[in-house]
Amino acid sequence: MASQLNKKPLALSLFSTGFIVIWLILAAFPFIWTLWGSFKVELDFFSKADWTNALTGARTTVEYGSPFTGAGYHGAWVQEEFWRSVINTAIVCFFTVTISLTLGTLGGYALSRSGFKYVFWLLIAALIFRAMPPITLVSGYLLQFFNWNVWGILPTTIIVLVAINQPFTLWMLHSFFQKIPKELDESAIVDGCTRFQAFRYVIIPVMWPGVITTGLFSFLLAYNDFAVTTLLLAEENRTMVPAIAAFMGTTQTEGNVMFAVAAVVSATAPLFVLVMFFQRQIVSGLTAGAVKG
Amino acid sequence: MRHSTFFWFFLPTGLAMLLFIAFPIVSVISQSVFTPHEAVFVESENCGPFGCTTETTIDQDATAALREAKPLGQFVGLQIYLDRGHLATSEVAAAWRSTDSMGAFFKTINNLPFYRAMGFTLTYTFTVTPLLIILGFAIAVAVNSLHRHLKGLVIFFSLLPMIVTPLIGSLILFWMVDSRGVLGNFLQWMADDPDLSLKASTGLTWIMLIVYGVWHSAPFAFVVFYAGLQTLPQDTLESSRIDGATRWQQIRYVVIPHIMPLVTFVALIQIMDNFRVLEPIIGFNAEAHARSLSWIILNDLNGETQLLSSAATTSVLTILGVSILLSPVLVRTWRDFNSKA
Repeated sequence: MASQLNKKPLALSLFSTGFIVIWLILAAFPFIWTLWGSFKVELDFFSKADWTNALTGARTTVEYGSPFTGAGYHGAWVQEEFWRSVINTAIVCFFTVTISLTLGTLGGYALSRSGFKYVFWLLIAALIFRAMPPITLVSGYLLQFFNWNVWGILPTTIIVLVAINQPFTLWMLHSFFQKIPKELDESAIVDGCTRFQAFRYVIIPVMWPGVITTGLFSFLLAYNDFAVTTLLLAEENRTMVPAIAAFMGTTQTEGNVMFAVAAVVSATAPLFVLVMFFQRQIVSGLTAGAVKG
Repeated sequence: MRHSTFFWFFLPTGLAMLLFIAFPIVSVISQSVFTPHEAVFVESENCGPFGCTTETTIDQDATAALREAKPLGQFVGLQIYLDRGHLATSEVAAAWRSTDSMGAFFKTINNLPFYRAMGFTLTYTFTVTPLLIILGFAIAVAVNSLHRHLKGLVIFFSLLPMIVTPLIGSLILFWMVDSRGVLGNFLQWMADDPDLSLKASTGLTWIMLIVYGVWHSAPFAFVVFYAGLQTLPQDTLESSRIDGATRWQQIRYVVIPHIMPLVTFVALIQIMDNFRVLEPIIGFNAEAHARSLSWIILNDLNGETQLLSSAATTSVLTILGVSILLSPVLVRTWRDFNSKA
């Protein structure tokens, strides 16, 4: 009966399907197009004369004898040494995620298990810190980092990213730990564990789903950051995003836009893989904050 | 949990936030009221057979001593806040006196860098946020009615615009709408104007950035609303159907009230994130037509000579802007907390 009532008229379901198809094209087409175009020469990728050239690769065939060429990738990875930025990004992401999860689980656990009023104020402070655009803090760092002579190196950037990450990590893990019943660690304490032992032997084994979800978002923050990495890293230590931004300045004038296109595709690929494997965690992480609020 | 245990658990994260968020804010505020010392000049008179010449040289020792004595620089109070690059009070006052209509006044104001950036940032924030909420809601409703097997696939592709690095996402779109790119070509053909370029006009650039902003953030709204739709009270929906509610009325009177708290949540997060808009301006190479507050800060810090004081001042003003936008939320959280206690 209910399903009978809920049955859609044909026009509406056509409209709804059409809308989804249009949205999917909007969401996915730019990536597919750029991936396809990254194996072409610039005159095909930007073809004023005939847009189908970008599909067939007419100019690429003329130049390289085949409609696909890895010239852009060769230029970016070998000539412009993009691999250095890839390694830097890997280092920055790995340490940012590890450190911020370590600090965040301890802090988030403490926040979830303490009933005092200062917990509220700490969470509010974290919310305010989360709202602050990271770039507004950078001018506060620069002078000190120059004075201590630590500007431009990876560890400095990692520590800054960890700190900027903390407010969000704390909120996520705080709400996650609240869902773990208090009785679990309290009974361990009754049995004679210290608070830290209870955390170590009772909480850590059951916390991984929440930690993985939070870690994904820490990773995305570190991976996607532009403002902090651009301003705090010296040229030889650049991660991928500032390196691509720098490509825009240099390669555009030299006619090597395809280097930048190849670099952009290379930097997008890991994110594709991430979404493919962790779609469920990403969705649950996005909604975790919302369902509470 | 005892205070001392709490303290040790919270210490590492608290220290990180204190040292790298709270202290920098203090440092930014202090930088905004100090300027670097000017060099100390000494004038010396050289008298020779052809008369006397005065020569001005920098007294290195005295300059170094001054910098040593007052490392913060010279205290200038609110001077930087009021200068032409920021609040430009004297220019605004002059414009107020000399222009006779509101239109002309705003036109003059719009030529001042800070107000122009403020104008763009606010326009961007308050057009992108409602549009992405509407688009996200529409996608969520449409996806919710899809067959179970298709949902996962649709969610996968829908997440891409949001997950991808903002700078990279805007570059990808920028190459497509370039006058030689596929969308640029298509638009030229549609408008029947072979010289049409989105980069050439301020209005089109703004629209392009706003479209990018909606494209980038709609998936977030979609995912949150989609999760909300899963918890929709089925019996309320069913009884509304039995009472003869049309499809539209069901959405209007059952679905929308149910997800209203989520709308507030998405709006809050998105206002926060859209207010810091920076990457699309870089990616779309749009700084000639659109500058945001974040862009001004980046520009001050990235130049040949880093204008720390100027950047710090804009930073403080940006932080003030964020706090004003968020104050309703904070007040609400405060009330919630008190009503619970």
